[in-house]
Amino acid sequence: VIAALATPHVEWFALAPALILLGVGGVCLLAAVLVPRPTRRPLSAWVCGLGYLGALVVSALLYDRSGDGHGVIADAIRRDRYAALAAIVVAGAGLLSVGVSYAQRVRDEHVAEFYALLAAAGAGMIFLAAANNLLVLFLSLEWFSLCLYVLCAIDYELEGALEAGLKYLIVGGFGSAFLLFGSALVYGATGELQFDRIAGAISSQGLVGDSLLLFGLALVLVGLGYKASAAPFHMWTPDVYEGAPTPVTAFMSAATKTAALVLALRVLVTAFPNEAHLWAPAVAALAIASLVIGNLAALGQRSIKRMLAYSSVSHAGFMLIGIAANNALGARAVLYYLVPYSAMSIGSFAVVAARERELRQPVTLDNIAGLGWERPVLGAAMATFMIGFAGLPPTGGFVGKFYVFAAAWDRRWIWLVVIGLVATVVSLYYYLGVIRSMFMRMPAEVGLAPSGGQPPAERALSVSVVAALVVTIGSFVAVQPLIDLARHAVTSSLSF
Amino acid sequence: MNQVHGWMTDVVILLPLLGALVVWLLPWPRRAAGPVALAFALAEVGFWINSASHFHFGGLTIAQQSKLTWFHDLGVSWHVGFTNFSIWLAGMAVVVMAAAIAYGMWAGRERPRGYFGLMLFLTSAIVGVFTAQDLLLFYVFWEAMLIPLYVLVGVWGGPGRLGATLKFVIYTMAGSLAMLASIIVLGLERGSFDIGALLTNGNNSTWLFLGFAAAFAVKAPLFPLHGWLPDAYREAPPEVSAVLSGVVSKAATYGFLYFGLFGFGQLGTGRPGTPVADLRTPILVLAAIGLVYGSLLAFRAPDVRGVIAYSSLAQVSLITIGLFATNLSGLNGALLQMVNHGLISGLLFLLAGTIERRTASGRLDRLGGMARGRPALATMLMATGVIALAVPGSTAFAGEFLILAGVFNFAWGYALVGTIAIVLAAMYMLRLISAVLHRDVGPAVSATALDLRTAELAILVPLLACLIALSVWPAAITDGAFGRDKTQISGVGVLVR
Repeated sequence: VIAALATPHVEWFALAPALILLGVGGVCLLAAVLVPRPTRRPLSAWVCGLGYLGALVVSALLYDRSGDGHGVIADAIRRDRYAALAAIVVAGAGLLSVGVSYAQRVRDEHVAEFYALLAAAGAGMIFLAAANNLLVLFLSLEWFSLCLYVLCAIDYELEGALEAGLKYLIVGGFGSAFLLFGSALVYGATGELQFDRIAGAISSQGLVGDSLLLFGLALVLVGLGYKASAAPFHMWTPDVYEGAPTPVTAFMSAATKTAALVLALRVLVTAFPNEAHLWAPAVAALAIASLVIGNLAALGQRSIKRMLAYSSVSHAGFMLIGIAANNALGARAVLYYLVPYSAMSIGSFAVVAARERELRQPVTLDNIAGLGWERPVLGAAMATFMIGFAGLPPTGGFVGKFYVFAAAWDRRWIWLVVIGLVATVVSLYYYLGVIRSMFMRMPAEVGLAPSGGQPPAERALSVSVVAALVVTIGSFVAVQPLIDLARHAVTSSLSF
Repeated sequence: MNQVHGWMTDVVILLPLLGALVVWLLPWPRRAAGPVALAFALAEVGFWINSASHFHFGGLTIAQQSKLTWFHDLGVSWHVGFTNFSIWLAGMAVVVMAAAIAYGMWAGRERPRGYFGLMLFLTSAIVGVFTAQDLLLFYVFWEAMLIPLYVLVGVWGGPGRLGATLKFVIYTMAGSLAMLASIIVLGLERGSFDIGALLTNGNNSTWLFLGFAAAFAVKAPLFPLHGWLPDAYREAPPEVSAVLSGVVSKAATYGFLYFGLFGFGQLGTGRPGTPVADLRTPILVLAAIGLVYGSLLAFRAPDVRGVIAYSSLAQVSLITIGLFATNLSGLNGALLQMVNHGLISGLLFLLAGTIERRTASGRLDRLGGMARGRPALATMLMATGVIALAVPGSTAFAGEFLILAGVFNFAWGYALVGTIAIVLAAMYMLRLISAVLHRDVGPAVSATALDLRTAELAILVPLLACLIALSVWPAAITDGAFGRDKTQISGVGVLVR
């Protein structure tokens, strides 16, 4: 029977990054049952870390050897530099997250599953970034989402973890439903699943302005908005980010956003170029909503994780400006922005994780007081991440915002630039608030009980934080190489 | 010649940054951080002297340029170099920074590695502001000043430091981002962020100039954007106040001069730019108000630092008046006064610091009678105060005279306000001097409060010596700062490589 089916040619190399991570996930699952308890934690963490490293290397090779973008496996996915660059970012984020996770208090029975899911989630995201039709899009989205639902709730003794997992499951399921319904409508209107054929069908069948199609497009946008936690579809973000184990939050905030935004840009530009006059303002509206809601809500937070969650909403807004610009500069800006953003995100959640493990309670603006002087490396790194989030030099955050604004101005949307700048001023208050807490208030001043003794030395976490710091500052210095990478990624896959 | 020394400019900018990294990253014992930082600061002064001695003050140029592409798709580059006037401001900056670092070392700041590293980082940023020849690079250095200042005031400042820093940052950033918007539009319109393009072609948009002006007006500050000033100057450690009022405020007036007048104003090209013509009167009026208002507040301020802080507001306003007279004597006077005020304000804040250390109070009603038995303190304060109130023969007199002469040629009304303000300056400086040194011995002044020590004098006397040297020969600066041509301003137009 199998022989009777016409199977497409499979280009294994194009799938290699995702396959490596899936394989690693399998090894970790086997380790969960075969390896004795004491070695389970280091073994699975190392395997997962090496898997992400391998995925990173293979993605880089893939980037190098995919100068001409083309569809593979019956055009279901794309092999191009755009997907490869996204895979590099996701794999890098995963690698750093493994370092952050290492000393996390995950129960021995679950630690191997934890790393298996972490690897599988990364595989799904890499797959999503390469998706070339609506079916693959939905499958890979569900693939990594399911992993993340479980990861959020894996430490069920953690206060709020179960709630976070459940909330993410329900709201995420909602988002997926939107996406699926939208995909169905688009398919119904055009009779095509593949992105470029959808565009072709729209122009050849005269479907521009077709209400079924537009409704489908809007729902797809909503579904992706959920995953990228763009306002007003961000309601789950603060609760899930706060409740999930901090390393999982770190991974989610960087990698999920990368995959979702990269894919959103690809779908919009490849499948709906004729509707750009409609979706560009809509994306701009999402961007503005994210900037306004994210920044205003972050102002009042005491919990650092919640604050960072709202900050991630506002950064989704900044990156959506680049998508809304609908030009090559904007696409480059988004791809560039994701690099320092991912590093800063993981780095800052890593510092939160370190403080959390030291104090054994949620980290707030009050109990982070004095961290900067107690643990100067973590403190200085956190300060740099906050400066970078706020878009100040010398960090890649500054250049990213600059590029995004430049893209908006290129479209002559100066009002979008102005809103972005005002949002930046507002964001300074809460980002600098963290620095103020860490360096300018002493634990005694805020009545924090002295913990005594040396804080735990966590080498894996420190390495991740320093690596994130290097990327944050390095992306400021080496703008041209990164922009060149982004430019080649864009020209090999998107047509503006 | 210029090309040969281009890398020297890079060194002058990057040396303090290297120093900061050395202080931060190497495991120095607590006592070593200060001396290491001071060594870097003094080496920086040496490198500046080297740059200045190789500078040819012929026509107005950008010399000792160094250019390296940073990211070319938007036309941004690392382009630095000194102009005839910015080299003096950079010199003033490195001298005051070295004195401030020495003072911080003498005062024994807590957490020395963090402190001295930030001071060196700040030095780098300030020198960068005065040398950047690329709009975005200028903005990067401009913002890079903010972060160390924020931490320096917030960590090592007085009890009200948290509120003061917040106000300072929000004010400054609001202005800076307006400038960023202008820079984005200006740079992308031309496809290049090089300042040379702005200098040769100018720009006719008043809105864009307004964006720049917002940043400079907040940082300077101009009335009514000075809300952050009294808190920040009072709460900061004295040497950081010295840097804030002496050096950082000059970055703003330098911005008005370089971007405003030479860029948007197209000074010296014979085709005056409209943005400056549009905004000149409002800026002059605000500066005139700030001048009188600052002087009056300084006269009424209850503490030493208050007097210096508000006098700084007045002085920066006076400098702005000189700039926007847009003639040669106005510019020369403004530049000379920028250097003067940097040194004077630095000296006064450091002296205020030494007084506060001895009396644990800066309140004028609790001070008094400190001259008796403390000749060195009395001499230093008296000499600085006399120069500050622009007594004839002092370099401040030369600067203020040139400013008033310049603005008299433009519109005599502002000159009249300026003259009144000089009388007010005499009033508040003499009030400060008499309240600290003379009258009855104040309750905060104990008999055991010592005179200035040798170490303090070693920090303060070089600054005073610079002022006296300039008093003897103010033409050292005014002679070639805007070209040798004494009849008109030459444009900075021939410098684009």
